[in-house]
Amino acid sequence: MTAVQGVAMQPRAEMRGISKRFAATQALDDVSLDLLPGEIHALVGENGAGKSTLVKILAGVHQPDSGTIWLDGEATQIHGPAHARALGIAVVHQEPRLFPDLTVAENVFIGHAPSGRLGTIDWGGTRRAAQALFGQLDVQFDVGAPVRGLSMADQQLIEIAKSLSVEARVLILDEPTASLSAHEVERLFAIVRRLRDRGVSILFVSHRLDEVFDLCDRATVFRDGRHVITTATSELTTADLVRHMVGRTVELFPKVETPVGDVLLEVEGLTKEGVFRDVGFSVRAGEIVGLAGLVGAGRTEVARVLFGIDQRDGGEIRLGGVPVDFASPSAAMHAGIAYLPEDRHQEGLVLDFTIAQNVTLPILPRLFPRFFVRASTERKVAHDYTEQFNVRMTGVDQLVGALSGGNQQKVVLAKWLASGPRILILDEPTRGIDIGAKVEVHRIISELAASGLGIVLISSDLPEVLAMSDRIVVLHEGRVTAEIPRDRATEERVMFAATGSAHFDRADGSPA
Amino acid sequence: MTAAVPVARPRGQWLSTLARQRELSLVAILILLGGLVTLTAPQFLTVANISQVAVLASVIAVAAVGEALVVITRNVDLSVEATIGLVAYGVARVLELHALDAAGAIVLGLGLGLVLGMINGLIVTLFRVPAIVATLGTLSIFRGVDYLIAGSHQVPLAGLPEGFTDAARDTFFGIPYFVLVAVVVVAIGSVILRSTRFGRQLYAVGSNPEAAAILGIPSRMVVFTAFSLCGLLAGAAGVLWVMEFGTINGTSATGVVLAVVAAVVVGGVNIFGGSGTLAGAALGALFLGFIANALILVGLSQFWLQAIYGVVILVAVTADAFILRRLKRANKRSGSR
Repeated sequence: MTAVQGVAMQPRAEMRGISKRFAATQALDDVSLDLLPGEIHALVGENGAGKSTLVKILAGVHQPDSGTIWLDGEATQIHGPAHARALGIAVVHQEPRLFPDLTVAENVFIGHAPSGRLGTIDWGGTRRAAQALFGQLDVQFDVGAPVRGLSMADQQLIEIAKSLSVEARVLILDEPTASLSAHEVERLFAIVRRLRDRGVSILFVSHRLDEVFDLCDRATVFRDGRHVITTATSELTTADLVRHMVGRTVELFPKVETPVGDVLLEVEGLTKEGVFRDVGFSVRAGEIVGLAGLVGAGRTEVARVLFGIDQRDGGEIRLGGVPVDFASPSAAMHAGIAYLPEDRHQEGLVLDFTIAQNVTLPILPRLFPRFFVRASTERKVAHDYTEQFNVRMTGVDQLVGALSGGNQQKVVLAKWLASGPRILILDEPTRGIDIGAKVEVHRIISELAASGLGIVLISSDLPEVLAMSDRIVVLHEGRVTAEIPRDRATEERVMFAATGSAHFDRADGSPA
Repeated sequence: MTAAVPVARPRGQWLSTLARQRELSLVAILILLGGLVTLTAPQFLTVANISQVAVLASVIAVAAVGEALVVITRNVDLSVEATIGLVAYGVARVLELHALDAAGAIVLGLGLGLVLGMINGLIVTLFRVPAIVATLGTLSIFRGVDYLIAGSHQVPLAGLPEGFTDAARDTFFGIPYFVLVAVVVVAIGSVILRSTRFGRQLYAVGSNPEAAAILGIPSRMVVFTAFSLCGLLAGAAGVLWVMEFGTINGTSATGVVLAVVAAVVVGGVNIFGGSGTLAGAALGALFLGFIANALILVGLSQFWLQAIYGVVILVAVTADAFILRRLKRANKRSGSR
């Protein structure tokens, strides 16, 4: 904590009394925020709390309806994104916006490349300058290589280098860690801390509370477009923070203890060349098996093979003791497996369809064996399943694209449950949804397990995996490095196995 | 959060209504336009003129319904005009040679269209060639075959059995048979799209192919079926073409694909797949037919016609893009809360 103790330091950026209204929605209502030089300031709140609106106002995308912004003590109007950049305000988005076919150096200096004589671009100078920027960040990069194919983490570093190239005074990181592995997060944090020590003011927007405490000096909480509190993170506990965010005390992860039944799913020696090798685990009725590991460890790939989207190269899958071989997702679905994909927009929902149409989509042949679809039956089925899950909607005829992330996820769950599965594979079921909805999804998962389903839970959210799982299978670079029962599972143990840094023997506490 | 919390209806409701009532706006514009044109060209609003326009538009409408099925799946079929041309020549030629009777020739025409559509479907789904490229290829191939078979021969009106072309003029209680054919095609197609599994899957595949795959929807089968039906309907349009024009050669129906795709787009079918109705596509054909007719009647030259045609298409597509963007924004706003 560098700057915070300083008394009466002039803020680098100060926003006072900011309000912004979109049609019927008061996105921001008289909020204030100040960023000191050399601090990392967390901005937290549920989805819809107004975080992104504030970020967009600071970045010049939106104009506030009222309120004032001061930059280094000077009242400033930010006219647009280009003006914001010129004022030294840079934004790094969750998903980097780079040109994949241009080189790293070209991307860093896009729009302001150093020019040589005759006004042409000095490519040698551009490359050297880009190299120097990455040198400041203390990372190695081939600046002549095209961006296409670089990891999300590397692309974010390029965005950060871009902001350095315009000498940013204020750096906004908008959920930068959502798709990074733990190792990449550490590298990003080291760089962010280095920038802070050089006096850059950093606004860090995140859903991950552990990161707020790990990285940030102060935190501001928004709720429903209003400012709730700004305080040093050292004076907060996780419980406080959650309470401020949701406005009430919530019980995180209400896991229901459930007696486990027969083995439903057994995986043995499952191999897909170059992706994962010799993966084995089992799932019993009523059991939640966590599949932990870093991004890229092969968790989603295992799930895709289990669901018949991809084909295995070796090994065996048994369902209720019978070896199975799924040529397609419909075969897997028929056998009683449901898969909730990682990306609910890309793979989970048809946004042009109503809630009812989405819920019945996987079960159309069973629901309507005679080819014709009856709207009343469809609506009734959809109604029954969405009611269980408290989906906030005007009715099952509402377009699914109009729902919030958490409610969309509940519709995806409802959809898969309507298919009557015995095994439910959940891939990052709570990513990007707000805390209130997250708790509800956790409750639903627990109840489903209690009703006798076998559940495979893939999640990068370690506290979630630890709290929800009866057993945790840890993958590292495509191999199972540990299988840890609930009572022995700790964050350290899982992380050790996930990073491949410890030799937990497989037998370590494996039940039977 | 207790059960079934009611939330406010999303704003932009009127926009979504407008987006869904494309058919109504087309009809409204048609009526308005009809009134204006009648002021300067009274012959516009005569039974003879309207029947004539509607009959030709019905041929395009039948093909446009097939095209719409393909476009809804996020594909396109550029070969329809070659299918129409090849079927038209084939039907006319077998009739001229007395190889088949009228009914037999019609069945042959429909069957040929279906086979050509299946070829398109196979290339797109089995060999995974992008539809725009695949059907550009088959457009050339089908037309090439047409030239090869026809050579410089032209089937004259006299070569057709007596009464074969009467269907294009005859009416049923004042309604031309062609219009009835188009209405029946639209009606059957609409029921299939609205109330069958296939219809639902067609929209799902076009709206979100990735989700459709994970949901176990047989996407390739759905797309193949759409192309096959498109071929079948292009075959039907080919048969109608013979009845309408009577004189058929190897170049018949050249350039018609523009009118067909334009009708689909003007009729409100999203060119990126996932939404639109068959009634819209058919009305689009009627709309464009009347525009062309009106332009001629008020005395504009052929050159103006082409340009204004283009403007109408651009306006329709721009309006679509505008409405979609507003809708998305409205949805986002109400969804983020």
